[in-house]
Amino acid sequence: MSAAAILDWGLGLAQAMLVLAMAIAAWRMLRGPRAQDRILGLDTLYLNGMLAIVVHGMRTGSGLYFEAAFIVGMLGFTASVALAKFLMQGEVIQ
Amino acid sequence: MSRVLPHPWLSAALALTWLLLNGPPGPGSLLLALAVGLAVPAVMRALRPRPVRVRAPGALVRLTAVVIVDMVRSNIDVARIILGLRPGGRRTGFVAIPLDLREPFGLALLSIILTATPGTLWVQYDSDTGRLLLHVLDYTDGEAWIRRVKDRYERPLMEIFA
Amino acid sequence: MTAAQMPAWVACLVVALALAGAGFALTGALGLIRLKTFYERVHAPTLGATLGMALILASSMLLLSLTEGRLVLRDGLIGLFLTATTPVTLLLLTRAAAHRDRHEGRPGAPPKA
Repeated sequence: MSAAAILDWGLGLAQAMLVLAMAIAAWRMLRGPRAQDRILGLDTLYLNGMLAIVVHGMRTGSGLYFEAAFIVGMLGFTASVALAKFLMQGEVIQ
Repeated sequence: MSRVLPHPWLSAALALTWLLLNGPPGPGSLLLALAVGLAVPAVMRALRPRPVRVRAPGALVRLTAVVIVDMVRSNIDVARIILGLRPGGRRTGFVAIPLDLREPFGLALLSIILTATPGTLWVQYDSDTGRLLLHVLDYTDGEAWIRRVKDRYERPLMEIFA
Repeated sequence: MTAAQMPAWVACLVVALALAGAGFALTGALGLIRLKTFYERVHAPTLGATLGMALILASSMLLLSLTEGRLVLRDGLIGLFLTATTPVTLLLLTRAAAHRDRHEGRPGAPPKA
């Protein structure tokens, strides 16, 4: 088996595993049961999505995916923090 | 020195980040990195960041090594718990740890360390009493967790930011 | 060096690192299903955010350094960024959950610090 084929198949498998992780996180996000579980699911979803983009960048050999992964990471962080803040102040403490 | 470079570490880190982001270092990107390193800390001065003083660089290196080993070990432990590869019952619980560390940078680093080692979760820190509430995934002996956090992480951190 | 000129064992090393990282990330996500309470589940994603992330980024840096013929450490920035931000997210989320649980007097709420 050539090196290119090993890379293609191996990284493809890694990508599939990360997509499965995203699906599980999405299930937790939709299922709940409470708001904090949904935010945790969203946090895991974007984290695994970011890793999947990094692996996709390795497979295609394009440097552009690095920027995409970085932006996904930043926006996901901001979203999770904002949602957690909302959970503290929007619902319970008035 | 202090007027041109109010935060030498911040300047160096920013310049290095710029170089890492911009591919092969050429004269153009070196010049831009220098500009970023000089300009950004000057702008940041309006926020009055507190100066960081690392007293014991050797302790910092040792602590980093300890944390990397602990990270790998606790990752494997938690993975085994999740996959159900560990026989026997498991209890989880909250542990209250009285901290002597007061330095904000030290506390920030401690929170990063405790998050980076899965199995420990920072729940709450009370700055008045200095008590830290942790949730641990594998709660067999609360005393052991208190000793581990205090001896392995808190003492080196107090040495570093004395 | 292009992927075609690469020796097979180097490709195997890159793939092994990426697969190990993806394995830890997937195990972490599985923890979201398998663990029973919220405070246990918060531990799970840190698997992907620490060792899973580190292994995948190491694999990416290795591959990129080989194909470009120079040391490429750019992906390490993602690692630094993620290491600094994950504690903030989880800390805020746990505190919000602890506050809600205490306020509603649920069993399993954390004790007062």
